[in-house]
Amino acid sequence: MAGLNGPIIDVHDVDKAFGRGAAVTHALERVSLAIQSGEFVSIIGPSGCGKSTLLRIVGDLIEPSGGAIHVKGKTPHQARLDRDYGIVFQTPVLYEWRTVLRNVELPLEVMGRPRAEWQGRAQAMLQLMGLGAFQHHYPWQLSGGMQQRVAIARALVFNPSILLMDEPFGALDELTRERLNLELLNIWSQTSATVLFVTHSISEAVFLSSRVMVMSPRPGRIERTVTIDLPRPRMAHTRATSRFFELVTRVREGLREDPAVAAGRDAVVEDA
Amino acid sequence: MARATAAPIAASSGATARRPRSLWQEYLPAVAVFVAAIGLWEAFVFGFNIQFYLLPAPHVIVQTFRDNAAVLLEVGLYTFREALAGYFLGCGLGVMAAMASSRSPMFADLVLPYAIASASVPIIALAPLAIVWFGVAQGSKIAIVTLMTFFPTFIGTLRGLLSVPPQSLELMRSLAAGEGQTFAKLRLPASLPYMFNAFKVGTTLSMIGAVVSEFFGGPERSLGVYISTKAALFRTREAWAAILIACALGLSFYLVVVLVERLVMPWHASTRKT
Repeated sequence: MAGLNGPIIDVHDVDKAFGRGAAVTHALERVSLAIQSGEFVSIIGPSGCGKSTLLRIVGDLIEPSGGAIHVKGKTPHQARLDRDYGIVFQTPVLYEWRTVLRNVELPLEVMGRPRAEWQGRAQAMLQLMGLGAFQHHYPWQLSGGMQQRVAIARALVFNPSILLMDEPFGALDELTRERLNLELLNIWSQTSATVLFVTHSISEAVFLSSRVMVMSPRPGRIERTVTIDLPRPRMAHTRATSRFFELVTRVREGLREDPAVAAGRDAVVEDA
Repeated sequence: MARATAAPIAASSGATARRPRSLWQEYLPAVAVFVAAIGLWEAFVFGFNIQFYLLPAPHVIVQTFRDNAAVLLEVGLYTFREALAGYFLGCGLGVMAAMASSRSPMFADLVLPYAIASASVPIIALAPLAIVWFGVAQGSKIAIVTLMTFFPTFIGTLRGLLSVPPQSLELMRSLAAGEGQTFAKLRLPASLPYMFNAFKVGTTLSMIGAVVSEFFGGPERSLGVYISTKAALFRTREAWAAILIACALGLSFYLVVVLVERLVMPWHASTRKT
């Protein structure tokens, strides 16, 4: 299962419960998923369905209550120690005492890479995100969208094999969000990173992903998987194609329908 | 689409490009109030024909100050040295104690309530006892100032070290950063604003502590003894002149710390010129 040719992220029957006794909440119940190297997988669901919890368990920020997870054949803990994860949070989480450039350099600094390597890599990353002119600004001098781009540059600067993104564009306006979707795809195509992306925007999930997993809340469960066969590279006009609308509708159906009813249907593309 | 993100860029770079308000513009209102208050004071003293030993007019105080400048400066600096020594001891020990306590949040929870309670004890009441323990010379004054500045620094720094946003810590965790790195690159810089708040409060506390503890006994050539002796002899203009130098020293001390704060944290909200 966890061999070289196996999935890069393998989640098997993971449970997560918060609290205990009568106040216990089952955030996740027997969630399984397998992500192949190089995939872009989105998890979509209403707020409180446990999608962020799942991402945080994969990233070893919290522990599961049960089940098994393998990342590159290792435990998530070992994968974190091996610096396999780049994480982008819902908020930029930039350190306000560091300039944009020094924020992007932070991971390289923490990892003790030689100083000469830093500037070159970090600056190249910022150029790629269109922020070359702002490297000596402080975070507060940037708009929300630009701050989140800095966060993406920081997450990718050390070439992690897995990029975990927890509703990274949730706080941005629609136009900025669509623009950043394009930029993210562009920068992703230049890396070999596997992406696990959590969102509550259907169109964003469809536009970005190779697969969209639909989660239902309480307890969090993956109800279905929709494979997105839109050709790459995806452009702004991809959103106007009829196939895009079809796929958006499928994901929306998955979100709306009663899970029990939906399980018996075959109208939705499913792949185990 | 480009315009959507271009607008905030323009707004923010415009803010940095815009000339910051000059010092003159920033402090003009305060200076105006000061001048008006001095004017009113003068008018009050002369209007109601108040005896100078009760309340000398400002110009009389300034004149007395000029006539006794050498003595006042000597007396003032003597006391200021006590304040300074106690300040550095108190702030230094406060920061170190906070760092040590922050290593164990459980220990921090244990000591923080007591530290806060101690901060509300009128430490100056210990001044007579300090003289018994540390002698009537500078030692007892330095001890009082150290104690007075220790608690605000300890509490402020500890709060800063413990109130780092959880997500900032998660970022460090995701990078598999060690304890030391997390401290040096996150906790310490994040708590600097808290520290400097305490350092600023400490400047005035240290001057108050030094002067007031001298009221309980000290060498003749110290600010507290000078003020209390002159006031007892109804030589109030000398007492006022001494208060003036105490203010001047305290204010300069405060401004120096503000300057250091700006140099150390040019990124902080309090120093942003928008």
